[in-house]
Amino acid sequence: MKKTGEVLMGKDPFEEIFMGNEAVVRAMIETGTKVIASYPGSPTPEIAAAILSIPEDQRPFYFEFSVNEKVATEVAFGAALNGNLSCAFFKSVGLNVALDSFVQLSLMNITGGMVVVLGDDPGANSSQNEQDNRNVYRMSRVTVLEPSSPKEAYEYYKHAAALAIKEQTVVVVRLTTHVCHARQKIKFSAYENPAPSRTNFSRANGPYIALTVMALDMKRKSIQKLKRAGQYIRQAGLNTEIKSNNSRNKGIITSGLTFLSLLDVFELSSYRPDILKLGAVNPLDPEVILAFLHSHKEILILEELDDILELQIKALAYDHGVKTKVIGKTEDEDFVGEYTPDKTRDKLSAVWPDMVIPSPASPALLFPVPPRPAQMCPGCGHRSAFFAIKKALEKEDVTVADIGCHTLGYMPPYEIGEVLLCMGASTGIASGLSLFNDKKRVVAFLGDSTFFHAGLPGLINTLFNHHNITLILMENGTTAMTGHQDHAGSVIPVENLLKGLGVESILSCDTYSQSKLTELVKTSMAVKGISVVIAKHPCMLKYSRQKRKQPGFVQTHVDIDPEICNQTHDCVERFGCPTFTRKPDGSVTTNLDLCIGDGSCRQTCPEKAIVFGKEAK
Amino acid sequence: MKPFNIHITGVGGQGIGLLSQALLRGIDHAGITAIAVDTHGLAQRGGIVISQIRCGDGVHSPLIMKNRADLVLGMEIHEALRGASLYLKKGGTLVFLDVSWQPLSVRLGQTPEITLENVETACQISGAKAIRVEIKTMDDARMQNMALLGAVSKNALIPGVTKVHFDAALEDLLSGDMLKKNRAVFDAWAV
Ligand SMILES: Cc1ncc(C[n+]2csc(CCOP(=O)(O)OP(=O)(O)O)c2C)c(N)n1
Repeated sequence: MKKTGEVLMGKDPFEEIFMGNEAVVRAMIETGTKVIASYPGSPTPEIAAAILSIPEDQRPFYFEFSVNEKVATEVAFGAALNGNLSCAFFKSVGLNVALDSFVQLSLMNITGGMVVVLGDDPGANSSQNEQDNRNVYRMSRVTVLEPSSPKEAYEYYKHAAALAIKEQTVVVVRLTTHVCHARQKIKFSAYENPAPSRTNFSRANGPYIALTVMALDMKRKSIQKLKRAGQYIRQAGLNTEIKSNNSRNKGIITSGLTFLSLLDVFELSSYRPDILKLGAVNPLDPEVILAFLHSHKEILILEELDDILELQIKALAYDHGVKTKVIGKTEDEDFVGEYTPDKTRDKLSAVWPDMVIPSPASPALLFPVPPRPAQMCPGCGHRSAFFAIKKALEKEDVTVADIGCHTLGYMPPYEIGEVLLCMGASTGIASGLSLFNDKKRVVAFLGDSTFFHAGLPGLINTLFNHHNITLILMENGTTAMTGHQDHAGSVIPVENLLKGLGVESILSCDTYSQSKLTELVKTSMAVKGISVVIAKHPCMLKYSRQKRKQPGFVQTHVDIDPEICNQTHDCVERFGCPTFTRKPDGSVTTNLDLCIGDGSCRQTCPEKAIVFGKEAK
Repeated sequence: MKPFNIHITGVGGQGIGLLSQALLRGIDHAGITAIAVDTHGLAQRGGIVISQIRCGDGVHSPLIMKNRADLVLGMEIHEALRGASLYLKKGGTLVFLDVSWQPLSVRLGQTPEITLENVETACQISGAKAIRVEIKTMDDARMQNMALLGAVSKNALIPGVTKVHFDAALEDLLSGDMLKKNRAVFDAWAV
C-alpha cells in the first residue's frame, strides 16, 4: 500500500496520482513552507488530511488548526515575519472572516513570504453561497494565481512561493472545488532537506504599523510590488496563448477549470478560436491582453461567477481604442453556477451558434427519482436533540440556525432552524429578533467548533446588552461537518467558559436522554435573559468508525418487532433516522447497512416495538 | 484510445471513494491517461456522492457532459436510476447494486420507492444495457463496492483494463487484513 504521508515526503522525483489538495502539500514540502495554519472547510480539508498523514515528528513544518480563518492568517503572517515561508489555507467564505487581517497583508514587508490557498466553491457544492473571492483581491492588492488542474495546483503553489519570497509579500493560490478534488498523475520534483527555521523578526524590516501617513506610504509600496509581481508572471509564462489553425479570427480569454471545460467543448466544435489562458487572475497583464485583443476580430471572455476579468478587459480596450468586439456575460444565468463542460458548451452555442456541433437530444428522465437531501447520520446526537427540543417548543417560537451538521435540523421532520447566515451568527440574529418581542420566544443554536470560531462575540453581546434568548449549544466534541477536525473545546471545556463569562443559567445533558432534554429546554426558555442548554453527545460517525477498528468488534443493530408494531410511524416520520425503511404495505424495517445499534430510537416508539437485534443479547 | 467516461454514484458512506480510486488506478496501471473527480455535497453521510472518471485521448476536464457517460455505476438503486438518466449515453451500460437506501421523502411516505422494475424498464426504453449485481450473500456491507468493481472487471467494461490492473490498484490502496478482505470480495465477483 502506498501511504500518502510517505509518498509526500519522498526525496527523489516521482510520479503519483494525487488529488489537487494533496499535490499542494507536496509543493509546500518542496518549497520549504515552514508554518501552515488552517480552519477546516470544504473544498480544502483534504489539504489538512494530507498534512496529517505525515507523522508529526516527520513533518518538515509546523501545522495547526487555528480557531478560525482570521487567526490562521495572523499566525501564518506572524511566522513569516520571522523569515519563515508560511501558508494559510481555508474555504471561500473563510476569507470573509479573515478579511480584516487579510487586506493589510499587501502593505507589509513579509520577509519569509506567505501563500494563502483559498478554495472557492462555484456551484455552492458545500457552502452557504458561491461567492467569487476574486472580488476581494483587487481591493487587497494581492497576486492571485489560478490553476486549472491538480498538476497546475502543484506548479502554481511553487510559483506563488517563489514570488512571495522574492517580493516579501503574500500570494494567493485560488483553487476551486473541482480542482481541489480532481485526481490525476503528476510528476513531482526532488525534495532535499527541511528548510531551516528562523526567528529573524526585526522592526527594521518594516514598517509594520500602518497608521496615518504610514498607511499611504505603505500603500504606494504595495502598488509597486504588484507591478513587479506582474513582471514575474510574464517571465514565468503563466499567461499562455493556445493558437488554433482555424480560429476564424476569434479568441477566448479564460482561466482555471473553465479552461478545461472549453477544451472539452472544442472536441465537439467545427472550428476553434484561439485561447488566452490566464494563469494569473490578479494583476492582469495589459500587454498580453491588448496583443490578444488586437489580433482578433471577436473576443469572448469566458469566466465563471462574476465579471471580474470582463470589466477590466473592457476598460483596457476602451482606453486603447481597441475595435475588437468584446463579448462577456449577457444573461443573469451567466453569473450563476459552475462553468461545467455542459454550461460552457451552452454559452458558446449562444455566442457563436455555428461553432458547436449540436449534442444529441438527451433521453427524458423516465422515472422521477425523489431528491436526496443530506441527512444527519444514524445515531447522530443532534437528531435526538431535535426530536426532544421540538417537544419543548411552541408554534410561535422562533428558532435560529447556525453552521454545522445541526443545520440539517431545518429539514422535515424537525423543521428547527428558520434563519441562517454564517458561522457564529445565530446569537446575534436571535438577539435582534428578541427586541420589542414579548410574543415569540427566540432560540439560537450553535455547534461547539463554531462556538469558538465566531460564536463568542455574539454570546458576549447577549450578556453585555441583556438580550433575552435561549442558546442551545450542540456539543459533539468535534468539527463534524468538515470531517472531524479537533477544536479548542478539547482544551477549554465549553461549560467552564460559559461560567467564566457569567452566564447564570447553564443546563446540560446528553441528548440521548430525550425527555430530560425536553424538560431542560422548557426550563431554560422560561428564564429571562440569556440562558444556555448544552445538548451533548459525541459525534456517532466518528465514534462508530473508531469502534469498528477495535479487535473483536461486533456490529449491533435494532429491529422492529412486527408483533408489537402497529404502524404509528413515529420512527420514520418524526424521529426520522435514515436506518428505517418503509415498505409499501406500511411496515417498517431497519436497514442493516446503516443501523449502528445505538438504540437512541427505542424511546421514540410509543409501542416499544424497536428492539435490539440478536447480536446484542 | 477513444475517450471513455465513467459516472459513479451512490450515497455517502457506501465506499464510493475507494471504488473510484481503484478504477482510476486500474486504468492508470493499464497505461491509459485518466483524470477523475469526486463531488460530495455537505454531508459525510446521507447525501448523494458522485465520482467521475474520464480516460483516453482528448479528455480535459474531469467533469462529464450530460448523457455522455459510457458506463454508469450505481451503488444504490435510486442513485443508479438518477445517474443513468442524467449521464448515460445511448447504448451505454449501467451496472448497479440492488440496494435501497430510501431518500427522505420515501421514508416520509410522500413518494414511492424506486424499484428494480423501474430501472430495468428505463434501461430497456433508452437502449441501455443493465447489469444487476447480486450481493445477497455478502455479510459486510462496506465491501459492496468491491462487488461492483468485480462486475466491471468480469464484464470487461473498460476497454484495455483487466483484472491484473485492478489487482495492482488494490495493492496501491490497501494493506493487511483490509486488502485481504476486499480482495476476496473482488475476486469472488470478478469471475
Ligand atoms: C467561515 C466558515 N468557515 C468554515 C466553514 C465550513 N464549515 C461548515 S460546517 C463546519 C463545522 C462546524 O462545526 P461545529 O460547529 O462543531 O458543528 P458540527 O458540524 O460538529 O455539528 C465548518 C467548519 C464555513 N461554513 N464557514
